[in-house]
Amino acid sequence: MTEWIDVGLVTDIPVQGSRVVAAPAGDIAVFRTADGSVFALRDRCPHKGGPLSEGMVHGHAVTCPLHNWVISLETGQAQGADHGCAGKIPVRIEGERVLLAASALQRYAA
Amino acid sequence: MPRKLVVIGNGMAAGRVLDELLARDPDAYSVTVFGAEPRVNYNRIMLSPVLAGEKAYEDILIHDDAWYAANRIDLRRGVAVTHIDREAKQVTGADGSVTSYDALLLATGSSPFVLPVPGADLPGVVSFRDLDDVDAMLAAARRGGRAVVIGGGLLGLEAAAGLAARGMDVTVVHLMPTLMERQLDPSAGYLLQRAMEQRGVTIRSRANTHAILGDTHVTGVRLDDGEELPADLVVMAIGIRPNAALARAAGLEVNRGVLVGDDMRTSDPDIFSVGECVEHGGVCYGLVAPLYDMAKVAAARLDGDATAMFTGTLTATRLKVTGVDLFSAGDFGEGDDRQEVVLRDVARGVYKRVVLKEDRVVGVVLYGDTADGSWFFDLLRRGTDVSQMRDTLIHGQSFATGAPQDPAAAVAALPDDAEICGCNGVCKGKIVQTIAGEGLSSLAEVRAHTKASASCGACTGLVEQLMSLTLGAAFAPATVEPMCGCTDLGHDDVRRLIRAGELKSIPAVMQELGWKTSGGCARCRPALNYYLLCDWPEEYADDARSRYVNERVHANIQKDGTYSVVPRMWGGLTNPRELRAIADVAERYDIPAVKVTGGQRIDLLGVRKEDLPAVWADLNRAGMVSGHAYAKGLRTVKTCVGSDWCRFGTQDSTGLGVRIEKFMWGSWTPAKVKMGVSGCPRNCAEATCKDVGVICVDSGFEIHFAGAAGLHIRGTQLLTRTATEDECIEVIAALTQLYREQGRYLERMYKWADRTGVDVIRAAVVDDADRRRSLFERFVISQRKAQVDPWAERVEGHDAHEFTPMANLKLLEAAE
Ligand SMILES: Cc1cc2nc3c(=O)[nH]c(=O)nc-3n(C[C@H](O)[C@H](O)[C@H](O)COP(=O)(O)OP(=O)(O)OC[C@H]3O[C@@H](n4cnc5c(N)ncnc54)[C@H](O)[C@@H]3O)c2cc1C
Ligand code: SF4
Ligand code: FES
Repeated sequence: MTEWIDVGLVTDIPVQGSRVVAAPAGDIAVFRTADGSVFALRDRCPHKGGPLSEGMVHGHAVTCPLHNWVISLETGQAQGADHGCAGKIPVRIEGERVLLAASALQRYAA
Repeated sequence: MPRKLVVIGNGMAAGRVLDELLARDPDAYSVTVFGAEPRVNYNRIMLSPVLAGEKAYEDILIHDDAWYAANRIDLRRGVAVTHIDREAKQVTGADGSVTSYDALLLATGSSPFVLPVPGADLPGVVSFRDLDDVDAMLAAARRGGRAVVIGGGLLGLEAAAGLAARGMDVTVVHLMPTLMERQLDPSAGYLLQRAMEQRGVTIRSRANTHAILGDTHVTGVRLDDGEELPADLVVMAIGIRPNAALARAAGLEVNRGVLVGDDMRTSDPDIFSVGECVEHGGVCYGLVAPLYDMAKVAAARLDGDATAMFTGTLTATRLKVTGVDLFSAGDFGEGDDRQEVVLRDVARGVYKRVVLKEDRVVGVVLYGDTADGSWFFDLLRRGTDVSQMRDTLIHGQSFATGAPQDPAAAVAALPDDAEICGCNGVCKGKIVQTIAGEGLSSLAEVRAHTKASASCGACTGLVEQLMSLTLGAAFAPATVEPMCGCTDLGHDDVRRLIRAGELKSIPAVMQELGWKTSGGCARCRPALNYYLLCDWPEEYADDARSRYVNERVHANIQKDGTYSVVPRMWGGLTNPRELRAIADVAERYDIPAVKVTGGQRIDLLGVRKEDLPAVWADLNRAGMVSGHAYAKGLRTVKTCVGSDWCRFGTQDSTGLGVRIEKFMWGSWTPAKVKMGVSGCPRNCAEATCKDVGVICVDSGFEIHFAGAAGLHIRGTQLLTRTATEDECIEVIAALTQLYREQGRYLERMYKWADRTGVDVIRAAVVDDADRRRSLFERFVISQRKAQVDPWAERVEGHDAHEFTPMANLKLLEAAE
């Protein structure tokens, strides 16, 4: 059974914005899009490690603040001509709360 | 003997269960209904038309007294149930009565959420849930005056529209940037806001209620930013909470609502529950459609049908404000695996968006024309494969001709008095008439006859579109490079249309100019944010989410994700106190590098993000403010020591530099702006490779501009000479303002000057004294709101979420 970790309220995340969850294996960026969906990725751009939590969120994608790679929030994959993946963390919403899959947090611990 | 059914709560869900049950078997139960409200069952959703004066209470009754009598139902109106004894299978009423049951139905609905702010319990503060609330609002409306509605969701807006129709002066205070953000995307939210405003309702979005004011009766509402809105009536409509306390006290399983299975049974098999008090599959519903589905299942189960199941209901929302057509259903988020089809009919104020996933409709938002709402909802519910009708889908069920979207629609929709050419004040009607009247066919002719687009040329694209509209296929306009993939319009056209159409928000621009995406992209959003900020300095609320990170957190992100911090040193001057504070900060926060910049100030490099507010607080305390080293705005004014110290100095160049910087800091510009002031032509401040440079001479000041010393190296060009410092500052401010108004986002001043022509710029800011004065005045107005130290704001706690993690799982681990 998946173990889920409660990291706070959906409303803690600004709409079209992101917040960081500090995890032992590295920061996680948790995003909230204009349509109210919530996603989580490792806070490291597959290009040169830019903090995706600082990027601009549009649709279900985020543009990295360092060199403008566009990363899909749904898959973590770089879009367009760029290749690479920021690890995706499963998210569950319970009521107003955001939960992250504990196993995925550990998987990226390596 | 029939079995005994006791119903707690006499609202819409309970009423429907009784209808369904009676239809199946009128004799199955002897029924007792407890209703806390002192009346029969009425249609709660029609309270909005009652408030608006479109219906009377008598019109919205569901079951009248005769109905209860005819069906031999014992209605205990005005009696709340206070206790359930599951052992004895009895309920106790507030009147002390004890009634036993074989089956119990909990249908207690939900209660309005009350903001936990001071003053929330004052007389004159009401919610919007039952007839008593409506009566209280109507009584207030008869006295007239002002109402503040807290909450811009469905209920709040219906209350606001009703109160406005009753003659009150209504303001809606809404926390989020757009109305009904749960059901609508920002484009539809914008159209809704416009419609509400046309009804005389003022909308204050991004506003949080801090306190409700008054001693014996409400007198107003104070917002978080300190502003006070006077009010004789306050309506709270910020959400609902399931009424589950009774169930919880009885030991039933309760989460947010009373937990039920697909059979509508609670954790006690003899107790059913339906309506808004219920939580099913993790969802608490707030609309009637799912309650009706629940009611059908509960009635079937009460009647012994063991197969009936409630498996959840998709809901659709319609707003009941007369004249506003709005429909939303499903999930209208964007995504890789989804496609959206957007149709905007600018002239009719229509917005339609259908979201598809794997050739199936998963969400729909309709505004202005909701005729096809049910059809789309049906496709959605059935999961119909729509690949065959994809191209015409958006036009709806009765689609006849799929007229392609016309890029000139936005221009066609402008009124005749909309100003097209800002330089020469020429409006649309004049241009169209002149083209037709004089039989013009080329842009040059139109320029000669009307002066439109004859000066800076920024409106050329619009003038060409007007020519296309007037002349039809006979005219082929030059193509402009679109701003980004979201629109066919170029930067200049967008800017002109923002002004001509008085568009004052990003969703407004996207709707009125027919954006092809629903929410823009990382290229157009920052540009639009800047244009709106520049054009409506007093009204537009900056959208932090449309800014690049540096401007959002007011520091420069470095390649390792740390930040650099550069405090302002006015004109490059500093003092021991500031230097000491900088040294202390560098030590206290382990800042790894301290460097002198090319702009005569000091850069602290490698600051951790979470330390930023503390670093700023320390710098603020020593009197320093943000140097905007990250901004598309005024950065530095570099100076030499001038006549104060230098034997060649002709004027006080340092003093002038400080004056310019103190006057101009905080202003946002299309791209960064750097300035310099040298005390004599030896030019030690290197003023002639800046965006604006001043060279002091014996007779006064030479103003140069449009230099650059970055990727491109460019010497400045002479703009003019002035005799006094005051004139010098007026010219520089006017020049900067012209650049702010005409420059394309990210276009440096020298590129703008190349495109526009130095002579044209000189004519505007030097030769034409009136124009200079009005440019200067617009700059001054914009500075009033712009000159706020962003660091001090954040030290005060503004945007605190930017600087703290949402959760720290490292600590959690450490604690284990
Ligand atoms: C102004 C307004 C407009 C709305 N518009 C729409 C709309 O357009 N479309 C839509 O789908 N929905 C709309 N709704 C929502 C809809 O009205 C509700 O979803 C629906 O009424 C919920 O039904 P219910 O039976 O669960 O609760 P309710 O109708 O609230 O009934 C619960 C009843 O139980 C009573 N009660 C509570 N506790 C006890 C107790 N211990 N003992 C005895 N009685 C008790 C309450 O007094 C109340 O009368 C609107 C709601 C409001 C207020
Ligand atoms: S520019 Fe002229 S006044 Fe200024 S320091 Fe150099 S020589 Fe002196
Ligand atoms: S590190 Fe993200 S684009 Fe370069």
